[in-house]
Amino acid sequence: MAHTEWKDAPGLPDFSLLKRLARDQLIFLLEQLPGKKDLFIDADLMSPLDRIANVTILKQHEVDKLYKVELKPIVSSSDQLCFLIRPRIQTVKWISDLVNADKVAGRFRRYKIIFTPQKFYACETVLEEQGVYGDVTTDEWNFYILPLDDDILSLELPEFFRDNFLEGDQRWVTTAGSALRLLQSVYGSFSKVYGIGRCAKMVYESWRELMEDGEQRTRQPEFAKVFLVDRDVDFVTPLCSQVVYEGLVDDLFRIKCGSVEFGPDVTSSDKSIKVMLNSQDKVFSEIRNEHFSNVFGFLSQKAKNLQTAYDKRRGMDIQQMKAFVADELKGLKQEHRLLSLHIGASESMMKKKTKQDFQELLKTEHSLLEGFEIRECITYIEEHINRQVSMIDSLRLLCLLSITENGLLSKDYRSLKAQYLQSYGIEHLLTFANLRQLGLLEEQQAGETLTVMESKVGKLVNDKTVGKLTDAFSSLAKKSNFRALSKRLALVPKSGEEYDLRVPRDMAYVFSGAYIPLSCKLIEQVLERDGWTGMEEVTRMLNGQEFAVTGGSSSSEARSKTDAQRIVLVMFLGGCTFSEISALRFLGKERGCRFIVVTTAITNSSRLLEALLDNSA
Amino acid sequence: MLCCYSQLKESKRAVNSILVDEDEDEDDVERVSWSGEPVGSISWSVKETASSIRSGSEQSFPKIDTTPSLSKQGSGYSLSSLSIDFVSDLSPEETVRRMQKGRPFSLEKFRSLQDKLLLLDEAVAVYDGNVITAVLIFLKKSLSKEILFRELMARDVALRHYVHYLKEMGEQKLLLMHYKEHLNIKDEGRRRDFLKSCLSLPFSQDDATHVQDHYTLLERQIIIEADAEIFKKFPRKASILNMPIITTLYYSCFYHYGESEGTFSSPSNIRKTFRISEKQYILTALGARAKLKSWFDVDSLFNTKNWLGYTKKKSPIGFHRVVDILHKNSAPVQVLQEYVNLIDDPDLKLSGALKYKCHDVVINTYRDLKDRQQLIVYREKLERDSPEYRKIQELLNNVQIRWKN
Repeated sequence: MAHTEWKDAPGLPDFSLLKRLARDQLIFLLEQLPGKKDLFIDADLMSPLDRIANVTILKQHEVDKLYKVELKPIVSSSDQLCFLIRPRIQTVKWISDLVNADKVAGRFRRYKIIFTPQKFYACETVLEEQGVYGDVTTDEWNFYILPLDDDILSLELPEFFRDNFLEGDQRWVTTAGSALRLLQSVYGSFSKVYGIGRCAKMVYESWRELMEDGEQRTRQPEFAKVFLVDRDVDFVTPLCSQVVYEGLVDDLFRIKCGSVEFGPDVTSSDKSIKVMLNSQDKVFSEIRNEHFSNVFGFLSQKAKNLQTAYDKRRGMDIQQMKAFVADELKGLKQEHRLLSLHIGASESMMKKKTKQDFQELLKTEHSLLEGFEIRECITYIEEHINRQVSMIDSLRLLCLLSITENGLLSKDYRSLKAQYLQSYGIEHLLTFANLRQLGLLEEQQAGETLTVMESKVGKLVNDKTVGKLTDAFSSLAKKSNFRALSKRLALVPKSGEEYDLRVPRDMAYVFSGAYIPLSCKLIEQVLERDGWTGMEEVTRMLNGQEFAVTGGSSSSEARSKTDAQRIVLVMFLGGCTFSEISALRFLGKERGCRFIVVTTAITNSSRLLEALLDNSA
Repeated sequence: MLCCYSQLKESKRAVNSILVDEDEDEDDVERVSWSGEPVGSISWSVKETASSIRSGSEQSFPKIDTTPSLSKQGSGYSLSSLSIDFVSDLSPEETVRRMQKGRPFSLEKFRSLQDKLLLLDEAVAVYDGNVITAVLIFLKKSLSKEILFRELMARDVALRHYVHYLKEMGEQKLLLMHYKEHLNIKDEGRRRDFLKSCLSLPFSQDDATHVQDHYTLLERQIIIEADAEIFKKFPRKASILNMPIITTLYYSCFYHYGESEGTFSSPSNIRKTFRISEKQYILTALGARAKLKSWFDVDSLFNTKNWLGYTKKKSPIGFHRVVDILHKNSAPVQVLQEYVNLIDDPDLKLSGALKYKCHDVVINTYRDLKDRQQLIVYREKLERDSPEYRKIQELLNNVQIRWKN
């Protein structure tokens, strides 16, 4: 069993502090606009806000009505409007339109825009251009980190992935740097930073720059080591189907900000229910990291135990009964409720997966990871597309094929692309362009150099801009070397050896023993070697950009708590999956340390690919 | 995995059968509203507000205030000039540092091209996308398009930020971006005309074909829809406008099967025009005809004449797949049996026969394998006195067969 708690585990820092800081700052900002006001909240911010300051608190600070930001005319009669938004040009334009409409109607109101986590100059420019700069007040709510659980911190910035890796826009680099600075100022200086990836390097530099400005804190650090990793260092892991319980729940039900909505098929009633999924749920915390084949056995055992516990009542006298009701009954009822819920969820997942021919799908994925019977895999993918099974899943399989095989053969690429467009719509041409740009789905270039490509394009197009643009963006794309990496790092265990999922022997269990997540393997190796020595071959295959630095004085290390040496902060830039989190928890137990995962957002294959779709206006 | 499913069912029964006491103390259960949102959460509150608006909004007239509008309360500083002298004397490095930290700055002093470029390069050097974009906005206003573009050609990072900024601000000039505009056109006729205009754009050869297909597809869909309207033949549930090619083919196989190749709505026309592979075509036609339970049509899909003129059954997709699809469409056992029989691979054939209860195929297979034990086991699953049961009996009693067990 992969327990989260184990004897001798170092204690984790208290992250609720971050919530309190964020809440206090928000209240301060709201009070800058005294009097009754209506609050408009960005859809993306509603769940995070709920974890920080609920409706009661907001009402205590004179917030009257709450609205979701929707890009259409508003129906508010309040004289004071407050907007809590992400710094998006589209949203600011909408607010400007609103203000201008009021002006035209001769209506006077006060407007306050609170940008979170920070303002962008481009947003202010829009206000200026629209002529409303003088009519609104703007502020920043530096809400950088939302604790999702004891060991998971999220920046709740899903847009980070596309903005940074597809568009090459570095707007969020300082944000990530600021998040690190916040952690440092609250929990003390870390002494070692490792990292890999272009963005990781930039975030590190940004953080360093921010630190130089601030005062040197002398408090004892709560964690000593930090590891920064770009999402595009490992695209394979997020593309694989998840089979640990929490990963499955996310893939099938979409966990949002640590909570999930279960429909009638799970609750066995006609109501849906929203539940928090974290370590507070005792049943969940025991199964979350488990391979799903272990989950049913566990739940059934728990059900039996529960029955036994309830049955204890039979032989009790009044005194004992009273004690039972006072001490145990509430806990048992709670457990009963949670158990029913998770059994319902498991049943629902089983049904869905059986319907999808999950076994065959996994078989294909494992073959791709192994590099075995690739032609059969291609046939399977082709049929998957032909049967219009699922737009995202077909794309996912195509990308997995491309990355593991270093690109598709030209004829396969063109044929599969044509069939995909036929099945799911030609407007996906753009999606393919995006995937190609990221290196997620590409053709094997048979000896063609970039300059040849560029001149071809140059001839077709009058404006040389397009050619140069290809260049600008291709500097972002990376060559994949999965097979070589896989061999060098032993990511795919030898087939033929039986893998016991009940007693997992390594991180491969999170993918049924077929594959060790590359990102986690890198972290393991670097921590073991305290750096990148001996991994030159590997880093070369990952296109370099690795680093390891030691900072802070030796005295600060001596002062650090002994526990701090065993706590490692891992920051995923571009998103992190529950499978990786489970793998790191396992790794932590093995190594006698604990990982705190900081991520720009929780991700999975659907979210990753949906961010790259360009098939709608 | 399947063996665990029974465990799960058992535990579910166990949990549900636990007798709970009558005392209903609700305080450990989170109160949840009808829509499933926890009461008191932000999203619940937003929904409450929204629904109360629908049920009759308040009617209140705004105050007509005669006081002048609020004076400038900049909590940030605009990019236009400030009258603070010392700020505008800062070097590019210092200016960029100030911009990073949200402190007041002025860009007006960067008038020479050289100074502007130093500023831009400094912004790129600190990796801050927010600052890079801010400088670019300034340069866009203070430099001609040609000069700016010429300088950006040599600066990858700045160029990317500029393109993204333009995209966000609604200025799209590039090929696929232009094509993407079609998604903003709701009216199908105008969308079709727009796609037609895209045909002359210099796409790559492959992409040009796809865009051509897109135009042709929409053009045909409009015609098919119009015809269906006129003749009001079919109770269609949904429009095929803007549906993918395969969906259109499915629709055609459903409603226009057998029409001559001359009409746009016929499956054979669509197949030819869009160069649909045989495999894809059969899959789609199979799905449609099976849904309509036209087993005869399904049959014809697989008939080919061999060189001697005899009809043979062939399929570009494995027959086990065919059986799967037929089963999903509730095909009767006799039909399933026929196709199970056609499965080449003996293992797949047997597992298919067992799964779909094609008794004859199972019996024949075991007979051919001379497996007496399995026949005995299988017999127990059948009803006594059924023809299959008796068939097994006959086989078992047949002394001529040399059983292997």
